Amino acid sequence: MDRTIYRELKATPSVWMAAILLLAFIGAAGLSVLTIEHHGHIITGMNNQIVWGLPHVFAIFLIVAASGALNVASIASVFGKKAYKPMSRFSALLSIALLLGGLAVLVLDLGRPDRLLIAMTTYNFTSIFAWNMLLYNGFFVIVGVYIAVQMIKGLSPKVVKTAGIAAFVWRLALTTGTGSIFGWLVARPGYDAAIMAPLFIAMSFAFGLAAFLLITLTLFKMSDRNFGDVLLKRMGSLMGVFVGAVLYFTAVQHLTNIYATEHAGVERFFLLEGGVYTTLFWLVQVILGGLIPMALVFLRPSRTSTIWASILVIIGGFAQLYIIIIGGQAYPLDIFPGYEVLEGFNEGVINAYTPSLYELALGLGGVAVALFVAGIGAKILRVLPTNLSDANVPDDS
Amino acid sequence: MSNRAELTRRDILKSGAAVATITLASGVTLMAFGGSDANATGADAGKRWGLLIDANKCAADCSDCVTACKTENGWGSHGEHASPETDVAWIRKVTLKDKQTGRTVSAPIMCQHCETPPCVDVCPTGASMKRADGIVLVDKHACIGCRYCMMACPFKARSFVHEDVTDQSVNAPRGKGTVESCTLCVHRIDKGRIPACVESCEAAGHSAILFGDLKDPDSAISKALLNYPSIALRADLGLNPGVRYQNL
Repeated sequence: MDRTIYRELKATPSVWMAAILLLAFIGAAGLSVLTIEHHGHIITGMNNQIVWGLPHVFAIFLIVAASGALNVASIASVFGKKAYKPMSRFSALLSIALLLGGLAVLVLDLGRPDRLLIAMTTYNFTSIFAWNMLLYNGFFVIVGVYIAVQMIKGLSPKVVKTAGIAAFVWRLALTTGTGSIFGWLVARPGYDAAIMAPLFIAMSFAFGLAAFLLITLTLFKMSDRNFGDVLLKRMGSLMGVFVGAVLYFTAVQHLTNIYATEHAGVERFFLLEGGVYTTLFWLVQVILGGLIPMALVFLRPSRTSTIWASILVIIGGFAQLYIIIIGGQAYPLDIFPGYEVLEGFNEGVINAYTPSLYELALGLGGVAVALFVAGIGAKILRVLPTNLSDANVPDDS
Repeated sequence: MSNRAELTRRDILKSGAAVATITLASGVTLMAFGGSDANATGADAGKRWGLLIDANKCAADCSDCVTACKTENGWGSHGEHASPETDVAWIRKVTLKDKQTGRTVSAPIMCQHCETPPCVDVCPTGASMKRADGIVLVDKHACIGCRYCMMACPFKARSFVHEDVTDQSVNAPRGKGTVESCTLCVHRIDKGRIPACVESCEAAGHSAILFGDLKDPDSAISKALLNYPSIALRADLGLNPGVRYQNL
């Protein structure tokens, strides 16, 4: 076995092409933002009933995946699995890139993004949003330090482990905070559940690992590096466990709600009569994004099946967040229990939402930002190992 | 029963600075006071303003309170892309039918001015704030337009401004990209007047909305609440709103 060597990406034509493509997406997102800023949110599909839309689905997905992408590094530094060690630099870098992409979408969707400075300087500490801003900013610092101590030569492994533990604890807090944005919304029947925090952590494990695998494999292919089948299948089955955890928490969430008569309406909506949300739940989230990936990695483990499973986990993840974020708002607030609303202002009705192209462009721009930053990082920093062939992967024992 | 923002001489002296500012630069600086209870100049912690709405007196076919609020606070004009879903609604009329008994009833819904407002809890910048006298407001200079308060409000009382606003009123500065809601006509209350919706309901001959100080045991609203049954919307959430309903 060779010593692990990290080398920057070479500027090959395919790397240039990818960069130009990503910049095009970022440009389109920029134009979208300027247009929305000029006209107001009136030109988006969002309204006063569905106040958070597709941009938030993208933003939360990227933020959740960000903390999960760090897991590969945590498995090496915190849990001592040597096979993951060569990937831990890029894992940390990717987590920063994904978080940056997600936050970019979140900030650019604000009604007044020009007031970001207010959000950065004025904190209301009863707001989980304010805490999240501290958690996100702290994540950049802690993971930045974590990357640095991994790359500095001659540092004691204890320093790396300490930084790794700090980053791991921080990311758990961060995902708890992200889940609690929804879990702590007591007024809305679709939210108001403490299980949102652990559910989001499980989601981050699954989405983050899927994103890590796909992005790393792409970069390896572009730079002619070898990623071993055994290692890939091993990571695939770990992803399968995470996907199982997501399904488990999802099942507990819905079963708990079904048990309480007051929540029967919202559960009927999500699971049976919610139209697009019901379809997304059973077909995309549970079957396509949950059961099939698990079957692929456990029953037919192979390089191809792991790649397909990763793609499906990401598709299922988007569906899940769409159901949580949009579906949770589509179901009406129960302001007048026991009454039927004869006349009102969108009262007691399922709220419709059709995302606009502007929102899609903004969301995809966030993904492009994340990928672009990850690529730039891999281009200028020695974070990607030159060889992850099975013969070259350190043994855990 | 009479609706009065019963000002004593002491109150007037205490809120003198605010009144002077409002008189000199009406509307321009009004909402800039906010940020926290501490610098909410003019608000008297000894008071808690509230409304008592009698659904029996509210006529289903009357929406004078909504019209008065629009005129007073300068909202309700539609842009070219406007739709009912994007429209701003500081106050709205609902007509409800009891699922069991079939009884129908009508009432206006606005910001309920909770004692522990979820919108204030979740606001990251503190733009969503409660004055010392219980009025829940949005500091239009600190709102970043994240809409988390709208996600948190159990009453759907808040609106996001989706496009450029025209025909603004000096009483309530508004702006695209920020969130707004019923101010309980704070600009009127600070001058010792009653909210526009209350005034218009009286003028229409219904007097379905009673305004007053919930902390003053001698106020008409306190006496009515003491002597007759009333409810708070979503009482299960324990938010202790300043707006109460009778016969709903």
